[in-house]
Parts: sequence; structure tokens; C-alpha cells
Amino acid sequence: MTQDVGSGAVGSPVERLDGQAKVTGNAPYAFEQLTEGAVYLHPLRAPVARGRVTEMDTSAAEAVGGVRAILLAGQVEQLDTRDRELAVLQSREVAFRGQYVGAVLATTPENARHAASLVRVSCAASPPDVALEGDRADLYAPEVVNPRFGTDTEQGDTDSAFEEAAYFIDRTYRTPMEHNNPMEPHATVAHWDGGELSLYDSTQGAHSVRATLAPLFGLPTDRVRVQAPHVGGGFGSKGLPHANVVLAALAARSVPGTPVKFAVTRQQIFTVAGHRTPTIQRIRLGATRSGELTAITHDVVEHTSRIKEFAEQTAVPTRNMYRAANRRTTHRLAALDVPVPSWMRAPGECPGMFALESAVDEMARECGQDPVEFRIRNEPSEDPETGLPFSSHNLATCLRRGAEGFGWYDRNAPARSSPDAAGWIPGVGVAASTYPVFRSPGSRALVLAEGSGRYRVSIGAVDIGTGARTALTQIAADALGTEVSAIDLRIADTALPYANVAGGSSGTTCWGTAIHEAAGKLRAEHGSAPLPGASAEGETTSNPESGRFAMHAYGAQFAEVRVHADTGEVRVPRMLGVFAVGRVINPRTARSQFLGGMTMGLSMALHEEAVLDHELGHVVNQDLAEYHIATNADVGAIEITWLDEQDPHVNPMGSKGIGEIGIVGTAAAVANAVQHATGVRVRQLPITPDKLIS
Amino acid sequence: MERPVTLHVDGTARKLSVDTRTTLLDALREQLAVTASKKGCDHGQCGACTVLLDGRRVLACLVLAVTCDRSEVTTADGLGGSGSPHPVQRALLEHDGLQCGYCTPGQACSAVGMLDEAKAGWPSAVTEDPRQNVELTEDEIRERMSGNLCRCGAYPNIVAALREAIR
Ligand code: FES
Ligand code: FES
Repeated sequence: MTQDVGSGAVGSPVERLDGQAKVTGNAPYAFEQLTEGAVYLHPLRAPVARGRVTEMDTSAAEAVGGVRAILLAGQVEQLDTRDRELAVLQSREVAFRGQYVGAVLATTPENARHAASLVRVSCAASPPDVALEGDRADLYAPEVVNPRFGTDTEQGDTDSAFEEAAYFIDRTYRTPMEHNNPMEPHATVAHWDGGELSLYDSTQGAHSVRATLAPLFGLPTDRVRVQAPHVGGGFGSKGLPHANVVLAALAARSVPGTPVKFAVTRQQIFTVAGHRTPTIQRIRLGATRSGELTAITHDVVEHTSRIKEFAEQTAVPTRNMYRAANRRTTHRLAALDVPVPSWMRAPGECPGMFALESAVDEMARECGQDPVEFRIRNEPSEDPETGLPFSSHNLATCLRRGAEGFGWYDRNAPARSSPDAAGWIPGVGVAASTYPVFRSPGSRALVLAEGSGRYRVSIGAVDIGTGARTALTQIAADALGTEVSAIDLRIADTALPYANVAGGSSGTTCWGTAIHEAAGKLRAEHGSAPLPGASAEGETTSNPESGRFAMHAYGAQFAEVRVHADTGEVRVPRMLGVFAVGRVINPRTARSQFLGGMTMGLSMALHEEAVLDHELGHVVNQDLAEYHIATNADVGAIEITWLDEQDPHVNPMGSKGIGEIGIVGTAAAVANAVQHATGVRVRQLPITPDKLIS
Repeated sequence: MERPVTLHVDGTARKLSVDTRTTLLDALREQLAVTASKKGCDHGQCGACTVLLDGRRVLACLVLAVTCDRSEVTTADGLGGSGSPHPVQRALLEHDGLQCGYCTPGQACSAVGMLDEAKAGWPSAVTEDPRQNVELTEDEIRERMSGNLCRCGAYPNIVAALREAIR
């Protein structure tokens, strides 16, 4: 169903259209709107992790100059929701430490913060339960895992297969609680005026914020407007509206006519903006003498919050990755006194593939086989779960091309290298990447001919740094048979047609398809030179081919590490990623997406770990000095390439998503390289020196 | 307590009255609506707020505005002067050294300050011989730019851009 109209705009390395505004600091983000006459919100937060607020003494705070209002839990307007994450200030029950229990509004940020610090919050507290263990008695099976996958699967008879296997491994891997930490903290400017609620919000989905907020406040959707002109990253944490947005809107309704500005602080991000659950993953693999996998089990334990369930789909990639007649995957949750977990870049695939790709590496060694060849040998010829053919499946080519480009076959024998003069031991590792092709129906685009060959293209999508603004312009230009410069793209506003959230690496698919449809309709109805004012609307439907094919993107990642023999420090001087992601709309911005994903994967491998205090229930290292993310000096050379993959089944552009696959597998490639260098298998992220020098 | 100050922001004198608790970052963003300097952490841990203060790179969130009376403040918006982007900014664009763009104005200011520091012979943690002129190798650039976090992971492109801007 790929159509060859086009001006060649798709596939060309167009410079980021908002790049100049961004490098000069002139691109406005949410908090930079409507400053005139605004008041600043500083929240009050629960000082305990479990219990209830008994008293809030505001007398000292009220005396601070410029304080306009103080909102307290249990004393605000009633919200219409059963979502307890979003039922902000509706009760005095405390479900996790740092939960919002009130807010101060003042005319300056200094006064708001100072006054908030003077409110005395008293609580009746009981000891929190925040420790995840694999053998907790209260583990339960969720009904589905994110977004709608089955919780458990079972094929064949894994127990007998393990009995009969020539090679068998049984390993447990752990990944820690992690935080998205986009550089722009979550921020909202909310304005309740003349019966309308308008928000500038740092979000991945303007329309989804509106769809969530309107019913909460009992408003028809057309009385709520959300704009997100520029968004400083999200990585999932701005995908679903969190409590901060509701609090800003609630506050705005308490001071009609006055805009309320609320930027979540970096510290608060660690409690209110979602996180990746820690995982405990047991993987068992059985293989024949010749290295064919016969059985795979992947049993996952993870946490969720007590007030709202989020079940990460950690074992889901194991359902399709490798061939094996016998297979079982399970997910079990413990509901703890922790903040609400949510999406973080490649939920499921990212932690799940760390475990699976580490285990596969261990099994390849067990069988005495090369890890690249072992993976290729165990490639499925159709989707092992459904039996459907793949719409395209080029993992083997990624692995082979990567192995060649990286110099894989020149590497030393495992763990045989001795330190160089400076004490460094080299090693290399490989891992596979994968990410499903998601497509949700419902996004709509409007194309309007403006005359003189120009077009206005409108869709309420959001560019959170992905390059969507540029890619969608290219898709529109191509579909209309014109130049990028002839397109006036309008996005990031609920006043524009509905667009799905930027999530699941599906933005280009969902929004690009709608634009493609609208452009096709315009040309069909009005020809290739439509009169000014001619317009057409297009809508993305469910993929009619989704029942006929299994659709996934694949990749291969190679990492070179150096481990210091004395200190255990791990450096990653070189990485290579080779991806098969269908057609690449913009090679320049796509490369940045892969780079960014792999960098975050490297960060996950070596640095990231939120440490929960088991007594007090909070993240101890709740800022960027203590929660480490990769810095410039942590990242070496990263080479990115991709195959010229044709997939006519995924969408009219032939493109698969690229936002998330880059982070999938990176941590395993690094861990496998560390094993190659040192002989030490680290099964618990991050790979810190203490795990290497005992 | 409030105090009057005059800041020379991107070449324009701006008079304002600041709360003595107000940071340079908040004075710029909230009082003067100069938003090229970004707030990523408010604690000196991310570099998003980097500006040049009298020619040297500083974290605007760690400087109190009241201490900046009569100072020159250059944000990413004023780096190039006369409204055109600085060569460092053009190189960042060409190498796609950004994604969401939120760290980018800080990266640009930091880079311009860093180039001057290197020219003046300031060593970094990876400089082998502090007595020699600093050669801005990739390792030197990475080290000197590590106070500016980029969660989008544009580091390799930032390094490539700065290598080109030096040439
Ligand atoms: S905002 Fe100043 S360093 Fe982060
Ligand atoms: S470009 Fe997004 S944080 Fe650097």
C-alpha cells in the first residue's frame, strides 16, 4: 500500500525546521507563556509514605506577602474521577511520600516557595512497604500488561523441554527503578477564564491532556484548550497526564482570570511524573547440542503503586524474539507504597531485552557458539506466538552487517585479554533490539490549499524533540507532490484536529498516515493544482493488515568497553547500531533518535538507579547530582546505520517507529562486553565498579 | 527585601527591582521575559541555564540577581550579536546537535565560554600538560562540556559541531 507519489521530500536529510529557534533560545516552552499577571504555584507534599494528613497549619504561610490562595487536601472542589493518581487533593489519605497534599499560590516564585515551607503538615503515619522481592507472598497477576497484552502465555511443555535439553541455564536479572528525567521539567500554565480552561502544558499529547482533564472538571471538551508549542523531552513521562497538571488546573479554577504557573521541580519529578518499575526477571533457556533453543521461560516480578496499577510488559518481547517450541512468559506485581510507575522509553522491551539478550549471550557461550551466529540460528521464520508471517524481518542482516562494520570477528577470545599499561581491559559485546509497530486509529489531519502552490496542514500532534515537525512536513510535501518550503504545518494545539499521544514510537505512523490520507483526498477531489480554499480531511484507521502480519522493527547493537582492572570503572569508547525500521523519513533527525536511544541505554547500563529508602519511602538520590545520567564525557563514538528496508504493510509511508528501539538492547550489549572483558557476568543494573571488583 | 539593579542583557540595559532571593535565572525568565536561558534543575546540576556573565560561563540558577548590578549577561539569543546565530549555533544546527532543544541554549553559551577558556590556556581534568597550549581534542571537548546534560543524547553531534566551529 506504499504509494509512490512524492517530491523526494521523504528520505532527505532536511534540517530541523525549529532548529534555529531552539539553538538561539527563541522556541517557547510551556512555562514561558502568559507570564503577565500570573501567580506561581508551589505544592505541599506528604512528609510520610503511608498514612493520612491530620492537620495543616497555614497561619504563618498566610502572613507572607503576595500569597493569593492556599489549597489543602480535602478542602477543594470535587473532581469526577476514579483514577486515584489524578484525584488530586480529594482526600487526606497518603499513598506515597511526596504526594501532593496542597498548594500555595503567590505573586512571585520566591514567596510561593517560602510560604509553602511555612505550612505545617501533620500526619498519622504507619511504616511504608516499598521493598520489592521476588518471593513476596502478595504478588498478583494483573489482568493485562501495558498497553493491552496478555499477562501470561504458555506454549508447549517447558518443564519437559528443560529436562531433555543438552544445555540449560537458569538466571535471574534485576533492573532498578529509573526515572525519565527529561531536561525540561513538567510544567503547566493554566488559565480559567470566562468558563474556559486553557493550558500550556509540557506534554506528549495535547489532545490526551484535554480528554483527561475535561471530564475531571465536568467540562465539555470544547471548553478546554491545551497547547504544547515546544516540549523539552518526555521519554514517556509526559505521555499520560500526571497529578501536576490536575493540580495546576485545580489552582487556576480557584483564582479565575489569573494564570497559574506551575513547574514541577527536579526533585518532585522523582515522585509525581512516573518512573520505570524495578524488575526481577528469571529466565530459563534450554538448547540442543547444536545450539537450537527448545524452551524459553521469562518470569517477571515488578512493582506498582497502591493507588493505580501500571503493569510493565517486560516479558512481551520474549514472545516473538526467538524460535522455540516451548515457551512461557509471566508477569507478577507487588502493589507498594510507591509513586505511580508509568511509561519510560520502551516500557517492556527495554528492561525485558536487557534480561533476554544477556541470557541469550550466556547460552551462546554455554553452547560454545558465537553470539552473533547463535542469534541468527535461532531466528524465527514466523511469529512464534501467533504463527503470522512477519511484514518484514531483517534482524539477521542487521547482525551480519553490524558484525562486519564493527570488526566483531577480529575480537579476542573471551576474557583472555590482559590489562594494557594503564590498567584497562578491553571487551566487546552484541545484543539484538526490537520494537513493535504500533498504530492507533483516530488521528485526523486537515490539508488546506492556500493558493500559489502552498498548503496549510493542521494536526494536533506534538513534537517533543523527535523531529515530528520536520518529518510531518516532509510527509505532507511528498504526498502533495511539492517542496517542504510550500508546507505550513500547524501542530501542538487542541484547536487543531485530533492526534494520538506521542508514544509507542507510533507518532509518525498515526499522524503521517492521516496527513497522507488528507493529501490523497485533496488531490483526488481537487487535482494537483487545487484552488485556494480547497481542503480535505484524512483519518488514520486501524491497520487493515494487522491481522495478517506480525510487525516489528529490529536492530543489532555492538559495544566496545574498557574495564579498569584496579578500579572496576567501565568506559564505552565505541558503539555501533544497525537498524531495520522500514523507510526512514529524515536521515538527519532519525540518526539523532537512534543516538539518543543508545545514549540512554548506555546511561541505563552504567549509571541509572533510583534508590528507595525502605524506612521513609522516598527516592534518596532525587536530583541530577545523585541520580546519574550519561554526560558528554561518558559517551564515546556512536555509529548509526540502517538497512534500506521496504515494508509495504505498516503504513502508507512504509516507516516503522524509531523513538524507542535505540534504547532496547544497549544495556545488554554493554553487559555482554563487560563479561567478555572480565569474565564477570553482571546481572543487576547498573554495572557499577563494586559489582566488578569483589 | 528588594533592590534595584541594572542588567545589560544581550546588549540592552534593563532596570528592575529584584527580591534579594531572586536568582539571575528567575530575574531573566520571570521578570524580564528573557527565556533563552532554561531551567532544568534550579540547583546547578544540569547546565540548562548557562549564560555568559561578563564573558564567563556561569549557571544562572546559582547566581543571585542582586549581585549582578551593571553586569553584561549574554544568553543564547544574544550570542551571535545583531540577531544572527553565532558560528557555534550554526554548527549545532548543521550537525543536528539537539533534539528537544531544551538544553541547547545552555550548550551554546557553555561552548562559547569553553572556547575562550581553552584559548586562554585553562586546563581541564583531561589536559595532559597544563603548560602547553590546550588542543581541543574530542576528549577535551567532552570533558569541558560535561556540565551541560542532554537527556536527548545529542552529545556526539555536539562534539562534532564544536570540532567544526573550532576550525
Ligand atoms: S537550571 Fe541551572 S544548572 Fe540546572
Ligand atoms: S536536546 Fe533535549 S536535552 Fe539536549
